[in-house]
Amino acid sequence: MSARTGYFGDYGGRFIPETLIPAVEELTSAYEEAKEDPEFIAQFHEELRQYVGRPTPLYLAKRLSEEIGGAQIFLKREDLNHTGAHKINNAVGQILLAKRMGKRRIIAETGAGQHGVATATVCAKHGLECVVYMGEEDIRRQALNVFRMRLLGAEVRPVSSGSRTLKDATNEAIRDWVTNVETSYYLIGSAVGMHPYPTMVRDFQSVIGHEARAQILEAIGRLPDAVIACVGGGSNAIGIFHPFLEDREVMLIGVEAGGEGLNGRHAASLSAGTRGVLHGSLSYILQDDDGQILLAHSISAGLDYPGVGPEHAYLKDSGRATYVPVTDQEALDAFLLLTKTEGIIPALESAHAVAHGVKVARELGPDAAVIINLSGRGDKDVQHVAQLLGEL
Amino acid sequence: MSRFHQTFEKCRREGRAALMPYMTAGDPSLEWTERLIDACLAAGADMIELGMPYSDPLADGPTVQAAGQRALAAGTTIDAVFRLGARVRSRHPEVPVALLIYYNNIFRRGIERFVNEAAAAGFDGLIVPDLPPDEAGPLEKHARDAGIAIIYLVAPTSTPERIRLIVSRGSGFLYCVSLTGVTGARERLAESLEPFLARVRAEVRAQRKDLPLAVGFGISTPGHVARVSRLADGVIVGSALIDTFHSRSTPAEGIEACYSLIASMREALNPPGVAVAE
Repeated sequence: MSARTGYFGDYGGRFIPETLIPAVEELTSAYEEAKEDPEFIAQFHEELRQYVGRPTPLYLAKRLSEEIGGAQIFLKREDLNHTGAHKINNAVGQILLAKRMGKRRIIAETGAGQHGVATATVCAKHGLECVVYMGEEDIRRQALNVFRMRLLGAEVRPVSSGSRTLKDATNEAIRDWVTNVETSYYLIGSAVGMHPYPTMVRDFQSVIGHEARAQILEAIGRLPDAVIACVGGGSNAIGIFHPFLEDREVMLIGVEAGGEGLNGRHAASLSAGTRGVLHGSLSYILQDDDGQILLAHSISAGLDYPGVGPEHAYLKDSGRATYVPVTDQEALDAFLLLTKTEGIIPALESAHAVAHGVKVARELGPDAAVIINLSGRGDKDVQHVAQLLGEL
Repeated sequence: MSRFHQTFEKCRREGRAALMPYMTAGDPSLEWTERLIDACLAAGADMIELGMPYSDPLADGPTVQAAGQRALAAGTTIDAVFRLGARVRSRHPEVPVALLIYYNNIFRRGIERFVNEAAAAGFDGLIVPDLPPDEAGPLEKHARDAGIAIIYLVAPTSTPERIRLIVSRGSGFLYCVSLTGVTGARERLAESLEPFLARVRAEVRAQRKDLPLAVGFGISTPGHVARVSRLADGVIVGSALIDTFHSRSTPAEGIEACYSLIASMREALNPPGVAVAE
């Protein structure tokens, strides 16, 4: 974090309407207070233990490693969390903060529906009103998650503007917040948006990396050679990367949605985007020469976003992390590979990390060890995959 | 003396607020936008706020969002909006024109280049709804060099510290957001409008700045305009104008309806017993 408040190097900031600034300032000080309060931190970890089911295992994928014939591949099993993905870590943290601030109405955006489900879940647990914005296109792709959110008592509002996906759902959530800022808490789902969200979401998700670092030391007595995670907005990646930042010998690799390939439609903001402002922060984004935001594309709704968290932009420029694209087809192949070799059905998002992770494992050879963040489980994607394989 | 200053002065002498319609450039085409500007000015509007269409306008409600989507679908570009600005400037040399634009459109082009091109096209000021003064240092510097105003928004949620900052940094005029929310026509004005404007006005006086207050967001009827005119120096009408334009079956009829709306609002601005000044 640089001297400028809310910046990671040149990236981050608060590019938002004036109406929201006082609320964001209030949120920033509430969070800064909370994170120094041992009671708040203890409560957060207690909820993660009792409700989410943490710590999640760091699982040695033996058959996958043998199949690849390279490094030992460890999977950080975020798919085993309550609600099936890493998203719940952040939702648990922010809901405690929202309650601490006395907010009774929670707004969220969702792409694949995992963050929406996580938010609806914690709202049900705490008895808070929950409104989730979701693009019509995503509602179509993720009908089961829509029903889960409604079961949990959330109101799911379809968004029909723009590309009708996560980007537009985020716009609509921000508009709701502008309108209801005095009563509502915006529970953003990734390490994106205006300060303090990228920092706060990272802090809540860093539990992944703290656990993984201790677990790998326990398992092999040393740090891994590489840590690999998929990047849409980038919260699971920044969560597992952050505790390894000072461990210079550990390669940090973010895997973006290469879609049809970088010459076709994709969602690889870091690999193929340019600097710009989206949803309140300066980062890498997909845009045309006039600065109009381009439509992203990915096989996975959770990565289908034309921006990325500002800290990833900083890590890319500084060279501390590298970012690579993986195509829809490669992700689908990895989805099948992991399912067949380990009996673990990954989310299509996480399958991107698996696809690149096995490449890295192969390159590094048998003396190496890599950690792949298995950020979510694939139950939600089974129907979609069946359609893609022509079996439904 | 700037066109903003001259126009606000003239309206002040006439005992009324300045009327500033907003339209999105290129909705449904740049040709119609140009005619709409001419019609609004002929109906008595004092200034123009021209909107650059943007893919992700997060301060805007459904009406302006839809206008932007139509304009982008029609192929509207920044270059074309600058050309439109230049044509309007040459036909209406005295009329102040502000450009409403989201920050990414400016940032992508390069701040210095953008500001210079906007000034060359005859724009008097920039309204950037997602750029609070905290982030606007580079834009302000280049705008000052180019002689173009940076018009900040001040909101009902702005704290006294924020109002102080915005007043100290603002130029051209202050855009007072009438309500806590996004743009869009409303049935009634917020109850809190008067105390809010009084707070802003007090700060402008305390800083001894000559910074007129214009009110926008939700201003929809001649009645609203009349009420705002008693409280502020300018009144901005956006979504109601766009809704009116699109409520007719052809663009030509839409222009006529907009002319009538602006004329009736202009009428409502006149102090009692004063004839409409042409």
